[in-house]
Amino acid sequence: MARIVGIDLGTTNSLIAYMDGKTPTVIADAQGRTLVPSIVAYTPEGLLVGDAAKEQLTQHPERTVYSVKRFMGKSLSDVKEELQYFSYRLTEHDGVIQIHIGDKALTPPEISAMILKELKARAEEFFGEEIRKAVITVPAYFNDSQRQATKDAGKIAGLDVMRIVNEPTAAALAYGLQKRKQGMIAVYDLGGGTFDISILKLKGGIFEVLATNGNTHLGGDDFDRRLMQTVLEEIKTKHGVQIEGHPELAQEVRVRAEQAKCRLSTENETSLEMPLPNGKGTYRRSFTRQEFETLIMELVEKTLIPTRGALADAGLSAADIDEVVLVGGSTRIPLIRQKVQALFGKPPHCELNPDEVVALGAGVQAGILAGGIQDMLLLDVTPLTLGIETMGGVMSSLIRRNTTIPTSAKEMFTTFVDGQTSVDIHILQGERELAKDNRSLARFQLKIPPLPAAVPRVEVTFMIDANGILSVTARDIRTGEAQSIEVKPSHGISDKEVERLIHESYVFAQQDITERQRIEAINEAESILRATDKAMARAGETTGLVTSEELTAIRRAEAELKQAMTGKDHRKIRQAIEGLNTASYPLAERLMDHSLQEALKNKKLSQIP
Amino acid sequence: MEKREIPLARSMCWNCQSDIGGEYFCQQCVKVQPLSKESDYFTALGLPRKLNIDTGRLETKFYEMSRAFHPDFYEGKSEMERAVSLANSATLNKAYHTLKDPIERVEYLLRLEAGSSKEIPGKPPTDLFETLLEIQDQLEELKSVKDQQGSAGQELMSKLKAERSTLEVKRAALEGRLAELFHIWDQLVERSPVDQAQKIEKEQGLKQMRDILSQRNYLNTMLANIAEALKQ
Repeated sequence: MARIVGIDLGTTNSLIAYMDGKTPTVIADAQGRTLVPSIVAYTPEGLLVGDAAKEQLTQHPERTVYSVKRFMGKSLSDVKEELQYFSYRLTEHDGVIQIHIGDKALTPPEISAMILKELKARAEEFFGEEIRKAVITVPAYFNDSQRQATKDAGKIAGLDVMRIVNEPTAAALAYGLQKRKQGMIAVYDLGGGTFDISILKLKGGIFEVLATNGNTHLGGDDFDRRLMQTVLEEIKTKHGVQIEGHPELAQEVRVRAEQAKCRLSTENETSLEMPLPNGKGTYRRSFTRQEFETLIMELVEKTLIPTRGALADAGLSAADIDEVVLVGGSTRIPLIRQKVQALFGKPPHCELNPDEVVALGAGVQAGILAGGIQDMLLLDVTPLTLGIETMGGVMSSLIRRNTTIPTSAKEMFTTFVDGQTSVDIHILQGERELAKDNRSLARFQLKIPPLPAAVPRVEVTFMIDANGILSVTARDIRTGEAQSIEVKPSHGISDKEVERLIHESYVFAQQDITERQRIEAINEAESILRATDKAMARAGETTGLVTSEELTAIRRAEAELKQAMTGKDHRKIRQAIEGLNTASYPLAERLMDHSLQEALKNKKLSQIP
Repeated sequence: MEKREIPLARSMCWNCQSDIGGEYFCQQCVKVQPLSKESDYFTALGLPRKLNIDTGRLETKFYEMSRAFHPDFYEGKSEMERAVSLANSATLNKAYHTLKDPIERVEYLLRLEAGSSKEIPGKPPTDLFETLLEIQDQLEELKSVKDQQGSAGQELMSKLKAERSTLEVKRAALEGRLAELFHIWDQLVERSPVDQAQKIEKEQGLKQMRDILSQRNYLNTMLANIAEALKQ
C-alpha cells in the first residue's frame, strides 16, 4: 500500500508526520523546524507559505492570511463578531467566505490547501517520492460543513484524504501508544482557535471515545485579543494614537501580545514594548502573570462547561478519570493547568510535546490505515446531534451526539397534499430545539410519484462514515427504487467547484514552478553580468590580459544573455549564462592568476606557507 | 405480533458463492460477509433475547467484532468489502449501544416483541395524580411571578423542590419494579415447554414493562420541566 502521512492542520501551526517503523515521527525541514506556521502571504514577489509568510505579517498585513481555520465551513454571519481582529478583507459568495488578497478572492479551503501543499512538499522532499494519501486531523467539535471543507482543502492540495481524525482522539492514540495504558482518559485540547474535550476508554488496544464536547471558537487567539484590547486602549488614551486604519500597527500589536503571552507562561512578569509611528514615542508596559490571568479567567472558565458536559454524557464523574492529557499550545499557560488539575483532582500529563502530539497521532492513524498497525483501533463518535426539520420548524433528531461512528439512521417520509411530487428535506446539526437555532447542513428535494396524500413512502437513510461525514440516500418503498440525492452543502464549495480548483491548482502548480525557475535564472544571470562587468574593468587596468577576439566574444555573449532575460523561458536564460561563462572563462582564469601574483608581490617570503 | 422466526443469515458468500454457514468471513475466499438484514441486535451480538446482560462480556464481544468489521481495516480492499465493512460497523455500533443501556434495551425488546413505537408516549402514574396537578399549577404560577427572588417566588421554588424528590422516589420505585420484570422475563425465555401459557405470560410481562416505561417517561419530562423552572 502506498505511503500515508498524518497531518495536523492547525489554526496557528501545522505539522506532518509518518510512521517510522513502530514510532510516529514528525518531519522537520532542513533547519530542523517541525512547525509550519499556518500563514499564507501573497507578496508582490509571489506566494509565500509558513515561516516566510509569517515575516510578512507586519509588512503586508492585508495580504497575509493567518488563522484561516476559524473560517472553514463557516458563513460570514457566523464570524461577524471577530472580523475586526483580522487584517485581511472577507466577503461572502454563494454562502462561502471569500478572502481577498490583492485582486484575488480565495475560499478558506483554498488557503488551507496552500498550507497542505507546503507540508506535502516537505514530506516529498524527505521521502524523495510523491505523497498522495493523508490523514488530516480536525477539532472533535467540528461540524459536518467544517469537516467537508477540510476534506476539500485536501483534495485541492492533490491529496487523497483517507481519514478525517479528531484531534483529541489522535492525541490519545499517540499517548496510548507510548504508555500502553488502560483506563479512562480525558484529553483537554486547547489550541490556537479551538477547544475540545474528549473522554476515552482505553482497553486492550481499543480507544473508545465515550463523549466529546468543545467550542470551535475558543483558543489562544482569544487570549491574545484580551491582551491586545488592553494595549490598544492604552495606546489610544496615553499616546493619542488610533490604531484603526493602521492594519500593520494592529498586526504588530497582535504579534507582540502573543509573544508576551508566551513569555508569561514561564515568567512572572514581562514587558511589552511597541514603537509608535509619527514620532509618538514608544508604548511600554509591564504585565504580570496575575494581570494576564485576570484578563483570560472568563475564557478559561468557559472551557470547563463543555468539560463537565462531556463527563456527564460519558456517565462519569471527574473522579472516575484515571489520566488527564493536555494537548495544544495554549495548555502551556499555568492557569489552565491549575484549573484542569483542580477539576480532575490530579495533575495532568504533559510529557509529550503539546504542539506535536496531534500530528504524531495522525501518523499512528495513518499507520493503522496502511495496515502497519493492527493491534490498535479507534472508535470515535459524532460530536453533534443530526436531525431534520419537521412541521413547525422543530428539529427532530435522528442520530444523537456522542453516537459511535460509523452509524446510520432511517426516517420515513410521505406527502401532505394529493398529487404532491416532491418533499423538502432540511438536514440540521446541533443541540437546540428549533431548526433555526441549529446549523443548516443541507437541503434537498425528494421526487415522489404523484399519489393521494400520505400514500407515498420514501425511506431516507443517513449514514455517518468513519470520518464523521454524512451521506444521504433515499428509497421509494413502493417501487423499491433507490434515488441518489444531491446534497448541496449550505456553507461549502460544491463538488464541481472543488474539481475546478483541483484542475486549476494543477495548472497553477506548473505555472508556479516555471515562474520560480525563471526568477532563479534571472537572479543568477544578473550576478554573472555584474561579475563580468567587474572583470572587464580590471582587464582594462592591466594590458595584455584579454585579447580582442575574447573581448568581442564576451560582448556578444553578454548581449545574448540580456536578450534571453527579456523572455519567459528559463532554459534559454540558462543557455545564455553558460555561453557567457564559456566566453569569459579564459579572462577569469588569467585574472585569478594575476591577482594571486599581485597579492604575493606585496608579501614577504616568510609569509608564504 | 408474531416475531418468532429464527433470523436467517445469508447462506452464500457474495463473492465466491460458497456456503458460509452464518460466519462473518467466507471460509473459502476470506471475504467479509454482511450481517444479515433480518437479524436483530441480540442475534447480531450472539445473545439470547434476555434482559439481564453481562455488560462486561457485551463489551468484549463488541470490541472483538469491531476489530473484524471496522472500516480502518478495509482501506485497501475492494469497493464491495468496504461497503460491507461500513454497513456492518454501523449495525454493530447501534446494536452495542442499544443493548448496553437497560432502558434502551427493554425499549428495543418491546419494539421487537410487541411492535411498540420507537418513542413510548408518557402516561402519568395514577397514584401521583394530585401531586402532578399541583406541580403543573405551581409551574404555571412560577411563570407568572415577576420577581422570582421575591418571597412568593422563593416559596414556590421550595415547594417544587420538595415535590421533585417525591417524583424521584417514584421513579426509583418504577425502576426497581422494572428490574424484577427483567428477571421474570428472562426466566420465561428459558422455560420449557414453549406453550400457550408461556406466550400469555410473556405478553403480560411486556405489557407491564411498557406501562412502567410510559410512566417513567412522563416523570422524566416533568422532572426536566421542574429543573428548567428552577434554573431560571
